[in-house]
Amino acid sequence: MAKVLVVDQEKCTACRRCELACSFKHTGEFNPAAARLSVAAFLDDDYYLPVVCQHCDEPACQAVCPAGAINRDGRTNAVIINEDRCIGCRMCIMACPFGGTDYSVSEHKVVKCDLCGGEPECVLNCPWGALEYKEPAGQALSKRQEMARKVQAALREVV
Amino acid sequence: MYGWIGQLLRVNLSSGECKTEKLDPVLARDYVGARGMASKILYDEIDPGVDPLAPENKLIFMTGPLTGTMAISGSRFNVVTKSPLTGAIAASSSGGYFGGELKYAGFDGIIFEGRAPEPVYLWIEDGVCELRPAGELWGKNTHETEDAIKAATCPNAKVACIGPAGEKLVRFACIINDKHRAAGRSGVGAVMGSKNLKAIAVRGHGGVKVADGAAFREAVLAALGKIKANDVTHGGLPAYGTAILINVINSHGGLPTRNFQTGVFAGAAKISGEALAENYLVRNKGCLACPIACGRATLVTGGPYAGHGEGPEYEALWAMGADCGIDDLAAVTKANYLANELGYDPITFGATLACAMELYEKGYLPARDTELPLEFGSAAVLVETARKVGYREGIGDLLAEGSYRLAERYGHPELSMSSKKQEYPAYDPRALQGIGLNYATSNRGGCHVRGYTIAAEVLGIPVQVDPLAAEGKAALVKTFQDLTALVDASGMCLFTTFALGAPDVAGMLAPATGVPYTEESGLLAGERIYNLERLFNFAAGLTKADDTLAPRLLTEPLPEGPAKGKTSALVQMLAEYYQVRGWDEEGRVTAATRERLGL
Repeated sequence: MAKVLVVDQEKCTACRRCELACSFKHTGEFNPAAARLSVAAFLDDDYYLPVVCQHCDEPACQAVCPAGAINRDGRTNAVIINEDRCIGCRMCIMACPFGGTDYSVSEHKVVKCDLCGGEPECVLNCPWGALEYKEPAGQALSKRQEMARKVQAALREVV
Repeated sequence: MYGWIGQLLRVNLSSGECKTEKLDPVLARDYVGARGMASKILYDEIDPGVDPLAPENKLIFMTGPLTGTMAISGSRFNVVTKSPLTGAIAASSSGGYFGGELKYAGFDGIIFEGRAPEPVYLWIEDGVCELRPAGELWGKNTHETEDAIKAATCPNAKVACIGPAGEKLVRFACIINDKHRAAGRSGVGAVMGSKNLKAIAVRGHGGVKVADGAAFREAVLAALGKIKANDVTHGGLPAYGTAILINVINSHGGLPTRNFQTGVFAGAAKISGEALAENYLVRNKGCLACPIACGRATLVTGGPYAGHGEGPEYEALWAMGADCGIDDLAAVTKANYLANELGYDPITFGATLACAMELYEKGYLPARDTELPLEFGSAAVLVETARKVGYREGIGDLLAEGSYRLAERYGHPELSMSSKKQEYPAYDPRALQGIGLNYATSNRGGCHVRGYTIAAEVLGIPVQVDPLAAEGKAALVKTFQDLTALVDASGMCLFTTFALGAPDVAGMLAPATGVPYTEESGLLAGERIYNLERLFNFAAGLTKADDTLAPRLLTEPLPEGPAKGKTSALVQMLAEYYQVRGWDEEGRVTAATRERLGL
């Protein structure tokens, strides 16, 4: 199975180092507005979640692209944009429910996460492991175990 | 330019004119940024004798060359002005997201001049600036103000603003950005209020360039490794925040209690970082680019002090807790929320209330002058005065002047625990000798974040020194003060220095800017900044006589704890400090020192 970006919302601190690392890798400048991912930080609710392309098995962006510019990288399994073919119609931005593709004002082109060719810079710079690059299997088990702990604690109180 | 954007915004509030100026590369090189560059501009442009609340004073917001980059904790900006609390230069640092956004919008900093005829706020979007009427915002608290301005401009704008305390010229009003971050001390918010400037909102889509990207990235990753390998920056601070220090400092007998009447607080555990984490912590939070994430998102559910916000930090917990003899954590947390929402410094507020409580206890502040019984240990009085001070209501109007003016009014200025009229933070100089020398010589008055000797005296960083000894503290204080000035000027956070030193800071500054900063030239820049601030203060009328501590700390021995019987050895340390600094016996910067530093 190919590796993907796995996000653990509970570990995120809203420092946005991922955005800075991403923009630097792709544009040579520190510019969150040009990052291929964003931390959706609902600060009033103490909720922060890095949101990024899911590299879907059936990408909506690829399906709607009239120029055939969006394809899967055979090596990393990333869904990537072929800049030579992209006509800048921004249909992919409309189609993606995650905001995975965006128009970068500073670069004047449509951009998206390309997993940095298999060495994601955001992962390297996340201090807390809120972003990991790994196979997605097995994510549910730890959540199920956490849930079971809560059930256990609740039962102890009443039984 | 690299690191620096290369452009400043100058706003004349009297005329409404906004204009951009090129940043002078020599100024940038010699004073680095933020606290350094802004202090130099203030020194060059205002009469140091000016009334701090007059239109002739200027208010300068300035980022550093590392602000908004991936440098460790590169979120910081400084607000520099002449302080209405101290009459000295004020430089207050803040984090959050505002500083980075200012650079993304195309500016290293903003210089405000004059006074707007009516309340206004400044809206900056990608280099375009506009002063807008703020009459409807006047009176709103900092959270309401931020929400209203985002609704009127852009939901992703970053906002720095004042609350009612700044409007009412509370002498220790702060400037709040991103709702919970503060340029906290020395009353910079009152200067903003005096200029009828309610807020600054900024949004940018531009980037920050660095000179040598590969070298910069390498330096940052190496520094990140050190942060993650350090028990303070990747252990204590993220888990417990700065409040982890309550129990630590109390165990040294240096947690000032009941207006510094003792250094041991029986209720310390109840207001500790551990208690905060156990009872009210929702999660920790980082400022822009910060891998430490010491911020506390907290929630108090139920009871008379229910609320939601951030903090309190160690200093606020101490000032409104131990210093007032209060061990009710929910009440202190509530008072901290009020300080953020109404926009004032909880250290000076708590210390001023503690001073009022001692004046009341001793009968100097008569009951007829206060509608509340100002008794040590009263949580209800704390929360009620925390509200009143923000609006200058009743007894709050007296507290709004700070402890020195309050104590002077009642004939006992010696009961103000302050230097240069700014209140001390949470470390007793009798138990921790080095910090006392720093308090006395800090250019902005009583303050721990000019030269944080606690790192060495308590935490053993970079090496453990004896907290009770006076020997060697002069050189230690100078080194910490100069390093801090460099870190503040760079745009990084001081908390990085638990894991990083001057070589790491210079190692990121050099590839970011293209200026070949080294450990030596970086520290020299820090020393230059420190001496420039000193020159400003002496030009403003301060003298050697202001380099002192409250009489209690010099003459009344601590009554209990590990430092029992100790007073501050300031006199001995100060003479040595002047020598180490290259100042004369009157504390004046000598011609030789000026020449050495290029001043």
